[in-house]
Formats: sequence, C-alpha cells, structure tokens
Amino acid sequence: MSVAPAYYLVLAALLFTVGVIGVLTRRNAIVIFMFIELMLNAVNLVFVTFARIQGDVAGQVLVFFVLVVAAAEAVVGLAIILMIARRRGTSNVDDISLLRW
Amino acid sequence: MTMEQVVFGVTFVVALGSALAMLFARNAVHVALFLVGTQIALALAFLLQGAAFVAAVQIIVYAGAIMVLFLFVIMLLGVDTEEALAEPLPGQRPFALGLGVLLGAEILYLVLRGVDLAVTGAADGGARLTAINEDPGNVTALARLLFSRYLFPFEATSILLVVAIVGVMTLARRMGRATVVAPSDETDQEVAA
Repeated sequence: MSVAPAYYLVLAALLFTVGVIGVLTRRNAIVIFMFIELMLNAVNLVFVTFARIQGDVAGQVLVFFVLVVAAAEAVVGLAIILMIARRRGTSNVDDISLLRW
Repeated sequence: MTMEQVVFGVTFVVALGSALAMLFARNAVHVALFLVGTQIALALAFLLQGAAFVAAVQIIVYAGAIMVLFLFVIMLLGVDTEEALAEPLPGQRPFALGLGVLLGAEILYLVLRGVDLAVTGAADGGARLTAINEDPGNVTALARLLFSRYLFPFEATSILLVVAIVGVMTLARRMGRATVVAPSDETDQEVAA
C-alpha cells in the first residue's frame, strides 16, 4: 500500500468533474446517461478509497447499493428514452420540451 | 517506484484519458466504448485497494451488463444519429464548461485540504483491510456485513428492483401495443409516430 489514498480521491474528483461537464454540454439523452454512469463510478471509487482509509469493508458494501440504484436508473431511463425516441423520432434533449410552458 | 505506483499511474492515465475522450467523441458508440475503458481502469483501482469482489462486480455488472444495455439502446435508435450542433441557448456550452471546471476546482480544493498527498496515510487502515482480506476473506467479510448491519437497506434494494422491473415492463408493454396497432386502420396521431 504505497500509493496514498489522496491520489485515488483526486482521480475520483477529476472523473466526477468530467461527468458533470459531459452532462451539461452533450445533447444526446443516451450520452448524458453514460456520463451519469461515469459520475456514479467516480463515487464508487471514493467509497472504496474510504473503505481502505477506515480499514473496514463497509464502504465496499455501499458500492453495492450504488450499483443497484445505477442499474435500476439505467433500465428505467433507457426505457423512457426509447419510448420518447419511438414517439417523437429524436433522442436530443433540446427537442423534448413537452413540459415547457 | 514500486509496482503499485506503476499500476496506479497506468490506471490514472487510462481512466482519465478515456473519460476525456468520452467528452470529445461524437459517435454514441465511441462514448460507450470509452466508458468501458474507464470502468475497467476503475476496476483495477478497486483491486489495488483491496476490494477484489467489488472489482469483479464492477467488470461483470457495469462493463458487462449495463454497457450492453446501453449499446442495445444505441443500436435500436440508430448509430448514425449525429448530435445536433445548433444551440437553442447561445453560449450555454462555454458557460457549462466554465461552471464544470469551477466545480472540479472546488472538489479538488476540498480533497487536497482534507487529505495530505505526501502522507501515505491510513497505513493502519490499509493494514487492517489487508488483515480482513486475509482472515475471513473479502467476500466473507462483505457478506457478513451485508446480511447483518445492512440487512434492511439490502431488503429495500429488492423492493427498488421490483419497482424498476414493473415500471419497465409497463413502459415496454405500451410500446408493444403501439407498434401492433400501427399498421391497422385506426391511425390516430399517437400511433402514427
């Protein structure tokens, strides 16, 4: 264990930042979903790193819960994207303005 | 330079490089492939930190199952749908980029203020984790914790999954009916799409 945990936290912070920038700048709904997955992955890395800092596996257990939420979110979200794409012929988030007044 | 430092350096470069490549890839399939690259690199980072089981699950569930689902949907919608470059809100992208960089700087500041880079830190924590991984074993320790202290969240998870399954089946069923009705005479606007 020679690499300091802080470096892993730096990596997680950078990955999370890239995820946020991707969500804010991309327009394709599926691509936005993939950047959300990237952010969840960065958070998983933080959990595992803190598990190592604490010397306890509780952080690794929490990764499972993140994983389950990510899977459920991806499945439901992709089904919704698929339905919108079938109905309106687009997965561009700028064109989906049904709820806008 | 020890072996762990070398492996961590490779992991760092691959994970961050793939993530940055995701930002610049125009094709959705390329974005998905770069995401798989990041996830495999992260699995390596988990492995380096004594989380062997989580690393395996990361590859099987994330890089395997979830990414295949993403690729399925990308293929269903058509690969060659290029992203529209028109901006309804002028200047939104540079503004978002600036805010994102600002957020990253804030997180980095907090991390570097809270944890010292020079200190190998958590030496006893890492040693304790290694001991846990050797005596009951990583999977055993995880299972003991999951089915004792985290039993209630674990059960709540199953409810979440059932709700997600029911929701997706409802969505998929409606979609199926629309495609069945479409070729018949009842062509109302809803079905026409």
